[in-house]
Amino acid sequence: MMRISIAAAALVVHVALMLALAPLLVGCLRWAEARLMGRIGPPPLQPWHDLRRLALKQPVLAENASWLFRAAPVVAFAATLSAAALVPSFASGMLDVPLADLVAIVGLLALARCTLALAGLDAGTAFGGLGASRTMTVAALAEPAMLLVVFALGLLVGSTNLDAILAALSDGAGLRASLGLALVALVMVGIADCGRLPLASPATRLELTMLQEALGLEYSGWYLALLQWTAALKLLLWLTLIGTILLPFGLASPDSGLPAWLLALPAWGVKVGMLAAGLAIFESAIGGMRWARAAEFLGVAAALGLLAAVLAFAGQVLT
Amino acid sequence: MPRRLAAIGCLGLSGLGLVLALAWLVAGGGVASLAIPIGLPGVGMALALDGLSGWFLALLMAVGLAASAAALADAGEGAASEAFLFVLLGAMALAVLAADAFALAFGVELATLASVALLLGRQEDPGPREAALRQIAVALPAAACLIVALALLAGGVGWDLRFAAIRAHPPQGWQATAVLALTLVGAGSRAGLAPLHGWLPPAHAAAPPPASALLGGAMPALALYLLVRVLFDLCGPAQPPWWGVPLLVVGPCGAVLGMLRANAAGDIKEILACSTVGTTGLIASGLGVALAARGADLPSLASLALAGSLLGVLAHGLVKPLLVLGAGAVQQAAGSRRLSLLGGLIHRMPVTTACMLVGAASWAALPPTAGFAGFWTLFEAMLGGSRAAGAGLQILIAVVAGLAALAVALAALAAVRLIGVALLGRPRWPRTLAAEEVGLPLRVPMLGLAAASLLVGLFPGAALALMAPALRRLVGADLADRAGWLALAPQGDMPGYSAIGIAALAGLAAALAVGLIRWRGASGARIGPAWDGGFDAPPTWLPFGDPLTQPSGAGFAQPVLKWLGTALLRAKERLDTPAPGEVRPARIATEATDPVDRAARLAAAALRTRASAAADRMPPLTGRGALALLIVVLALVLVAVTVWGQP
Repeated sequence: MMRISIAAAALVVHVALMLALAPLLVGCLRWAEARLMGRIGPPPLQPWHDLRRLALKQPVLAENASWLFRAAPVVAFAATLSAAALVPSFASGMLDVPLADLVAIVGLLALARCTLALAGLDAGTAFGGLGASRTMTVAALAEPAMLLVVFALGLLVGSTNLDAILAALSDGAGLRASLGLALVALVMVGIADCGRLPLASPATRLELTMLQEALGLEYSGWYLALLQWTAALKLLLWLTLIGTILLPFGLASPDSGLPAWLLALPAWGVKVGMLAAGLAIFESAIGGMRWARAAEFLGVAAALGLLAAVLAFAGQVLT
Repeated sequence: MPRRLAAIGCLGLSGLGLVLALAWLVAGGGVASLAIPIGLPGVGMALALDGLSGWFLALLMAVGLAASAAALADAGEGAASEAFLFVLLGAMALAVLAADAFALAFGVELATLASVALLLGRQEDPGPREAALRQIAVALPAAACLIVALALLAGGVGWDLRFAAIRAHPPQGWQATAVLALTLVGAGSRAGLAPLHGWLPPAHAAAPPPASALLGGAMPALALYLLVRVLFDLCGPAQPPWWGVPLLVVGPCGAVLGMLRANAAGDIKEILACSTVGTTGLIASGLGVALAARGADLPSLASLALAGSLLGVLAHGLVKPLLVLGAGAVQQAAGSRRLSLLGGLIHRMPVTTACMLVGAASWAALPPTAGFAGFWTLFEAMLGGSRAAGAGLQILIAVVAGLAALAVALAALAAVRLIGVALLGRPRWPRTLAAEEVGLPLRVPMLGLAAASLLVGLFPGAALALMAPALRRLVGADLADRAGWLALAPQGDMPGYSAIGIAALAGLAAALAVGLIRWRGASGARIGPAWDGGFDAPPTWLPFGDPLTQPSGAGFAQPVLKWLGTALLRAKERLDTPAPGEVRPARIATEATDPVDRAARLAAAALRTRASAAADRMPPLTGRGALALLIVVLALVLVAVTVWGQP
């Protein structure tokens, strides 16, 4: 009983923190990128102010928008939040562990993506359609790479359950060449899935360079707030996922004592903070990429994923 | 009137069949057999209901129910050939229930003939006729292969055609290999496995909607049943692991090719038919894993792989008729099947759109649908299968998993393209504005299929429980301790996938979002013209003056065809960009050819040239010569029969 209530409390705190910190993460990232480029930049809390402002504004809907257009932000938010609830941040053994399958998480993200792509096509506008086509095409190459990474991790551990994977990795199943390759591929897929390929800049005001932002151009008011929150949640989800697989330590479990819990939260912060700093440096240091090159980028990710799976076999044969 | 009577009778019979088959499966599925005196002289036919046939019969009856209901609603487009719809359904039921080689071959070939006849209803249209010819060109060699394979099986046991006798003495050595190869051609071509898939998209796209629903949903299921029946059941459990390799090679290749073609096609029914090729490819990969695992004596893994394949068949069998009926409804209401002439139908046809959304989500394997449950189970089986055998097979299965994931992602792209371009957006053609929601008789089967696929998606464990008799019979293990009502857990002790849990979690998250909006969001919304990158709304005196800014089907698929299609489909695009200052829209036209289609056409043309040249060289036959030839042939046949007839 005690265990279950701790697990439930951990889940509630995890979801609340995910929701609260996601816009803050985006704000920090923008601030850091601005500093790196020599500008002062908006304060890190700016996305939260934006969300509040947008929520209070009356939305304007396009005349020919259907019920799907109005439902899509809620569905995408729900799917992304469910996926985020399944990725352990500071605690393992949360109440939803039986659901935390990596393939299901990939599926939930795909559900959010497809819903938003349909919404982008619904108003019948140029940029919405362009964004839908590009987002889905990037995903068509990123998803196989991601599932190959899941395949390699599943081979190393024997299960696709994220909690089981993290438990096995922290027991020292990691530190192998295949895990390294899988992590590189995971980072590349994450960059693509968050719409942060160097060809698309989320801070841009130029629609032609937009990937996922182009889907939301017809949205306003709380619809847009929900959309931005979803994008921020997805970024935090990816950084958390990569961070915990890279460093599967410092997770508190329902059995651990108070010190472990107190250490777990800062450990999560450090992991995500490191990755966010890396992302900020990467984004401000790298030049643009031609749209046609994105296929090669993702092809490399898929090849790395496949190589990781093959090396995982080799590891099994040798040991 | 007789047409309606036939449809009503068929509706009743399939409904009864569905209820009985389900009740029989729920009751545990004991074997029941029946000998009927019709068939081969002196032998008759044997029918039997075992776990496998009962499971496929239930699926067939469900599709038949939907198709007959749709036939009832058919306004007469497919009236001329509608009788064959019921022949097709009956023949498929016979093939599934067959317990001897003759009944099986008879049922399958009758079903093929009926499906060809369905295409020939409209004489004036050359498209269906060409599709029928192409189907015959593949179906004849396929029939020959299937009959020879069954003959090889029966020949080994003294020409006893009954399955029980064949099962007792499974083929060995070169005969087993020959049976494998012949079955792959004979059954695989009917399922649309690459490289024998070229006939399927035109044939399925040309049939009238109710027939197309049966062809798209039940015909591939029947072909896969044939594969499972011969390779898993009749050939016995003692075949080597490499038996899975051919399916592991052709399956994923066909899956990627089919889903990519679905992105290149511009006709909504052709899109769906191409995706059938893709889905059967995915299922065939699962069957390959199951064969390899069974050969390596890993029954629990084999049962997982077979369960994933059968779940995929079920998802496909419920969703494809749904989407095909939806496409038929769109054609009936909007007068076209071309993506370039549709758009904006969600406002006029909300029920059809909602049903097609459910179907497309399952096609794109999004949780918590039936398609995702099938894909998840297959993926887990591949993960386990990679531990099964030697290094070569392991690496092959890893590549198969990657290609299967690529196929599923391409399916998601194609599903978004189909729904987004055909049903969402603004009308591309004035005729679309006059579209009206289809009547109740067509809405009911769509809603029923959507509800059934949702139920299977939420409770895949129940569907797996129904196939337990089949799994025990074919691979000697079922998933009883690994699949419950709430979750599938292939490893037993580790948590797996729980559709209902994921759905509940997403529901809670959606409730949270709605609560937050109610709490802080501004209420109400203003309706205005779309921003659309700054385009002005058209003046009121210009009713169709909307800017042509929305993407076409070709434009939507352009990036993926450029990245993957140039290599795989020889995709070419012609771009027509207006000069600066011109106001006409940019246009893109893409062309894609299936490499197998192209090779087949070239080979057929070369063959025809050579055959006609040979015929030119032959001397004309006189009457006496013809008679002599006839007598010699007859004599040869008699000699052959006498020699063969000796014990």
